[in-house]
Amino acid sequence: MIRFIQVSKQYGKNNKALANISVEISDGEFVFLIGPSGAGKTTFLRLIIRDILPSEGEVFVDDWNINTLPSSKIYQLRRKVATVFQDFKLLPDRTIYENVALGLEILGKKDTAIQKDVGDVLDLVGLSDKHTMFPVQLSAGELQRASIARAIVGGPTILLADEPTGNLDPETAEEILAILQEVNKIGTTIIMATHNVSIVNDMKKRTIALTGGEIVNDEQKGKYHFPKKHSKSHEPKQNKDGEDKE
Amino acid sequence: MKIIKTSWTYMRRSPYQALAAIITMFLTLLLSGAFLLMSVSSAYILRYFESKPQITVFFNDKSAPDQAKSLTDSLNSTGKVESIKYISKDDALSIYKEQNKNDPLLLEMVSADILPASLEVTATDPKYLQEFVPFIQKAEGVEEVVYQKDVVDALISWTSAIRLIGAVLAGLFSVDALLIIMTVIGMKIAIKKEEVEILTLVGASPWYIRMPFIFEGGLYGVIGAVFSWSALVGFVFWMRPILITFLGSIPTFRLLLINPFGTLSLLLVGAFLGILALIGFMLGSMGSLIAVGRYLKL
Repeated sequence: MIRFIQVSKQYGKNNKALANISVEISDGEFVFLIGPSGAGKTTFLRLIIRDILPSEGEVFVDDWNINTLPSSKIYQLRRKVATVFQDFKLLPDRTIYENVALGLEILGKKDTAIQKDVGDVLDLVGLSDKHTMFPVQLSAGELQRASIARAIVGGPTILLADEPTGNLDPETAEEILAILQEVNKIGTTIIMATHNVSIVNDMKKRTIALTGGEIVNDEQKGKYHFPKKHSKSHEPKQNKDGEDKE
Repeated sequence: MKIIKTSWTYMRRSPYQALAAIITMFLTLLLSGAFLLMSVSSAYILRYFESKPQITVFFNDKSAPDQAKSLTDSLNSTGKVESIKYISKDDALSIYKEQNKNDPLLLEMVSADILPASLEVTATDPKYLQEFVPFIQKAEGVEEVVYQKDVVDALISWTSAIRLIGAVLAGLFSVDALLIIMTVIGMKIAIKKEEVEILTLVGASPWYIRMPFIFEGGLYGVIGAVFSWSALVGFVFWMRPILITFLGSIPTFRLLLINPFGTLSLLLVGAFLGILALIGFMLGSMGSLIAVGRYLKL
């Protein structure tokens, strides 16, 4: 479970990224985090992995209070809460197999176990035949699948995805979504920050809308929309592929 | 094993920095190793001479046997002598031949005529030797008295000087090696900033990230140690004939130098490699550890 209790985050003196947010996300949920650029989506995710600390309020991930978690234990939190990034963050000098295996090597698993688990995860994301390739040889969609494989191979309980379909064509974005749904089915909580209107509308999952650092909407089976007072200025215009134009 | 592989990969990807670090470690350990060898050898030589309560009396050519006999009687009469051994010219030649049996060139140049006869006087207690010296020096036919105390005093001053110079130079070179390793590892950390960031985001523990850098420094030390060991052992092997001439009279040195592939020699040479590798590893790891503490904020 993830709990934000009256959380605010301010960068510098005047730049408020989150303002007095309180929200609770239960185990096994699939949650979309929507909002325009600068709404605070990435800040929200960074707080969960303790990449940054809140200026005010408290963030809990299960029993861990992020505010008081010592630096020496952050890695334990990040083994439980994996992240998929828009820019993939794969190591360019390692093969896809080695990149995915990294998620298990850091746990100190034996080579035989690593071989089996990495094989299984690469099967799941459909990259078994490309495991010897380097990131530079793969397409954006394949890179994102490799990034997801690395994130889930260690069996995290929460998976954060920061605009994982941002650089992908609609078809590939759907493939990525399908993989995330599979991961969610085995009980992993998924929080996905996105601008992709069609994905949010089609999936009908819980949707938390952020604007100006505030939660303006939080509904089960939500759609990509903002309450009237915000909708005009913040709802992205859709192009024919379902991606916003921002 | 994984750490070694990662460290090795880090090294291969920036060969010039690795070469600079290895050369520095090589020079540092070459110097430290050379002074270590000299220090241990001189300490051993010193102990050898200190353990021998002996005076060697050399006679001039003409009167040796008679004078030696007369001196032997006089010394025996004091009751403070444990043993006196007369070494004739022919005996001296035999000893010389034995010591240089592997070097025919040296044997060709020497005959019994040019070697002096001598007496080796061993006292029941080293303190008596000092009393004997003036008495022996006044005896007829005596050309030279080699009193071990003089040898020991000279050796002590040489050993102290070697140790002091060695310690200062090895210290300076070690600081230099430490700084070079620090700089090289610091640069590696800067180059791998993105990789470090990814590792922290995927949940790698701080020590998982630090260890390859620390081990890389240690590896530079071990590689430098292997090269310096090879150079030093090669040099001693090459110098063997000369060393036998100077140190052949000391049993252990004779054993080591005459039979360099014997069990004892191989054990000592192996131990020397172990010591150098350990020093190199510790020095390299320490440099890396400082760099990691300074530049790798996790």
